Amino acid sequence: MTNKPVNQALAAEFGLNAEEYARVLDIMGRTPTLTELGIFSVMWSEHCSYKSSRVWLRTLPTKAPWVIHGPGENAGVVAIGEGLAAIFKMESHNHPSFIEPYQGAATGVGGILRDVFTMGARPVANLNALRFGDPKNPVTRRIVDGVVRGIGGYGNCVGVPTVGGEINFHPAYDGNPLVNAMTVGIAPADRIFLSAAAGIGNPVVYVGSRTGRDGIHGATMASAEFGADAEAKRPTVQVGDPFVEKLLIEACLELMATDAIVAIQDMGAAGLTSSSVEMAGKGGVGIELDLDQVPQRETGMSAYEMMLSESQERMLIVLRPGAEEITRAIFEKWELDFAVIGHLTDTGRIVVRHQGRVEAEIPLAPLADQAPLYHRPTAPSPAPKPVGAIPAARLADDLVKLIGCPDLASRAWVWDQYDSTVGGQTVKRPGAADAAIVKVDGHRLALALTTDCTPRYVAADPEAGAAQAVAEAWRNITATGARPLAITDNMNFGNPEKPVVMGQFAAAVAGIAKACTALDFPVVSGNVSLYNETEGSPILPTPAIGGLGVLEDAARAVGLAAAPGQDLVLVGAEPSHLGQSLWLREIAGQEAGPPPPVDLAAERRHGDFVRARIASGEVRACHDVADGGLLVAVAEMLMAGNVGATLAGPTDGGFWFGEDQARYVVAVADGAALVAAAQGAGIPARLLGRTGGEGLTLPDGTTISLATLRSAHERFFPALMET
Amino acid sequence: MKAGIVVFPGINRERDMAIALERASGRKPRMIWHRETDLQGLDLIVIPGGFSYGDYLRCGAMAAQSPVMDSIRAHAARGGHLLGVCNGFQILTEAQLLPGALLRNASLRFLSMDCHLRVERTDTDFTAHYQRGQVIRAPLAHGDGNYFADEATLDRLEGEGLVVFRYVEPDGAVTAKANRNGSARNIAGILSPNRRIMGLMPHPEDLVDPLMGGTDGAPLFEGLSAALAA
Repeated sequence: MTNKPVNQALAAEFGLNAEEYARVLDIMGRTPTLTELGIFSVMWSEHCSYKSSRVWLRTLPTKAPWVIHGPGENAGVVAIGEGLAAIFKMESHNHPSFIEPYQGAATGVGGILRDVFTMGARPVANLNALRFGDPKNPVTRRIVDGVVRGIGGYGNCVGVPTVGGEINFHPAYDGNPLVNAMTVGIAPADRIFLSAAAGIGNPVVYVGSRTGRDGIHGATMASAEFGADAEAKRPTVQVGDPFVEKLLIEACLELMATDAIVAIQDMGAAGLTSSSVEMAGKGGVGIELDLDQVPQRETGMSAYEMMLSESQERMLIVLRPGAEEITRAIFEKWELDFAVIGHLTDTGRIVVRHQGRVEAEIPLAPLADQAPLYHRPTAPSPAPKPVGAIPAARLADDLVKLIGCPDLASRAWVWDQYDSTVGGQTVKRPGAADAAIVKVDGHRLALALTTDCTPRYVAADPEAGAAQAVAEAWRNITATGARPLAITDNMNFGNPEKPVVMGQFAAAVAGIAKACTALDFPVVSGNVSLYNETEGSPILPTPAIGGLGVLEDAARAVGLAAAPGQDLVLVGAEPSHLGQSLWLREIAGQEAGPPPPVDLAAERRHGDFVRARIASGEVRACHDVADGGLLVAVAEMLMAGNVGATLAGPTDGGFWFGEDQARYVVAVADGAALVAAAQGAGIPARLLGRTGGEGLTLPDGTTISLATLRSAHERFFPALMET
Repeated sequence: MKAGIVVFPGINRERDMAIALERASGRKPRMIWHRETDLQGLDLIVIPGGFSYGDYLRCGAMAAQSPVMDSIRAHAARGGHLLGVCNGFQILTEAQLLPGALLRNASLRFLSMDCHLRVERTDTDFTAHYQRGQVIRAPLAHGDGNYFADEATLDRLEGEGLVVFRYVEPDGAVTAKANRNGSARNIAGILSPNRRIMGLMPHPEDLVDPLMGGTDGAPLFEGLSAALAA
């Protein structure tokens, strides 16, 4: 590759179109060197430049009194009280996870961890939102296995508990599984580390793993569709080393306790290039790098390879003058590489030297300011098919089928491979509550964490579906008793050059913006992954929402497990909406109709009511009504609590399987009192039944034993993965 | 009780262990970096869980060769108390302070869930605050917890009463199903002949607070604290 002449053909190979290459020539005033072309191509890739999405992302609400840093930093930062901040973000590693599931998923976890601890936080929780192809497709099993092993292999080793997430299956992900990893950390609110370089002459330091030839052009690969040759892209996938990451976390946190650091950023996508360009660019300074000083694990690496390598577990730090020795001592203690590889300048340029030659010299301002920005054409999504003739619901049979279907079956097989307790702060483990609850060590505070998206809703109506994803995250946090604070959004879509895909994106952003505004739930960080297509077939649009909330007292958190002798009460309107429901898909065999409408004012009113009743101690267990509808929500509460119940009410499918929004099922000692209180507040509520016994007795008189429910619920994953 | 927790690169449950020890004894344990060699004055040394040296050669194999291990051996030779949990148990077997080895889980997958343990003897400082035959709950989180030793060693351990915790059903029954990682004779924890060294795969230190779902692990640390109160 290094022998190829630099010209438009090579630029095209690197992912730059003719117009973009012309702009490079204009900025440089000459033909760029290979290294320079490499730098331009990764910085202007979709992955790094957000060139198709930026115009839309600007419209998202990002502010609230508790937001300390919104989008633009490595991760979002919100105040959680007691002088502390939560730092969090979700990021995709979709393309690598299809090519090499284990390493793709593992390095996805590693990358998002670095985004969080680079800001000064100790990571306290990981979550992940996963979408896989049709379980009947033989490739799916291999991808599930590799992704789950990869997430566990990395997260378990670094000692950060994996506490939650979600999994969907759909044929639209056959060629493009989605791996969205979220990390949450805690830092003192007045000790947040940022990435803007400052101080002419200050040393630029490289720490962590050595640089190898892995992941070269990973960012470019992630900015294109797959063809039949996806396998051939394996060399663009990075290889992770969680042991080094663990050392890097400890060493960085130790260094952060000193005053040595001016600015710090991890070397993520586009490695040394993006970290140096972004740090200097944000600080309005120049930067000079001497690649001979870069720790290398392979011989004979060129400047081009070093600048584009995506070797993992590396950080770039600008130090205060004279802080080199204390920094060196800390990294040597942790047996990590440390090297001064450059310094800041007043030239406004990045200068890259290697073996006595200047391999790149690029003015930073135009590299950033003249980066391509596209207002791509959009087209509305076609209206979903109308719902056709549907059979009458058979409550017991349909429930048993639904709770065993791939989207609702127990995820225990997956969770049982993730260490969810390390750290000793996990109050609610995966599946125990609507959001995971992680206490803050040494405080009574706890975080409530969730990821949510219902892609079939988004496909049917991108704006309503995206608003629903935000509302569900808000609801899941509320259902634990926590106060929702902010979200991170991980936008996974197909090829933005197709107007319908770009239209999905634009509408989804509008839906997120509406919901965030109505719920005071701003977006503080995010990530965009486009070109999730294989051979022209796009994924379902998937704006995955990672939500964070706070509880002043961890002991006040409620889970979803019902106990004997409780009344079950529906808070929210009586359901009837079967469009895009799982019942319609799994029982009636139709993916049709509009998704359930989202009434954000009702969401807020109902959620605030439920949260207050949890805080007062009246609500003992709570579960939001989501996929599968009311009867599935009740069944999940009963299975979690190992208790039966007798339900009363209508016997129609719309009531028990409709997926209307803004609803919760709560377990209380006195259901009549709660119903009266809700109605007094103008909120619909209805007594559903009472818990007790060993089975679930339905309004049509049929009874299902807990054992039957549980065996139906627990069958899917072991059957898929272990037979 | 003066306790110390040994930290090798890659150890990750040292803070969990410190919380459990401090809760029981009211005293912050000393954190011991793996290059330290002076362990005088400690009543209890704990090697906690994690992935020392990334588990890269074999779980615990590299840590067992570390400088601090000579001092730990000396502590053990003086009759000092020594607890190894999870990776700590693996390190103690690699250092031959306890017999046997921890192999890959029979399922070849990492296992993370609560298990039930039967307390096999209570005349030890580790288990004095439990009842004999009591079944306790503890989280496990490991990829290599499948206890193995040759038949003669297993017979000796059983004969000398050195098996201290066994994987069981909630009702105390010893079954293959309860033995998730495939350990020989459902062994979860063993003692040295002087009953001052204990190795254990599950994590009692993660179940010492009702907020985290239970306190079944607390008596282990309370028992040690009472026995070693200075």
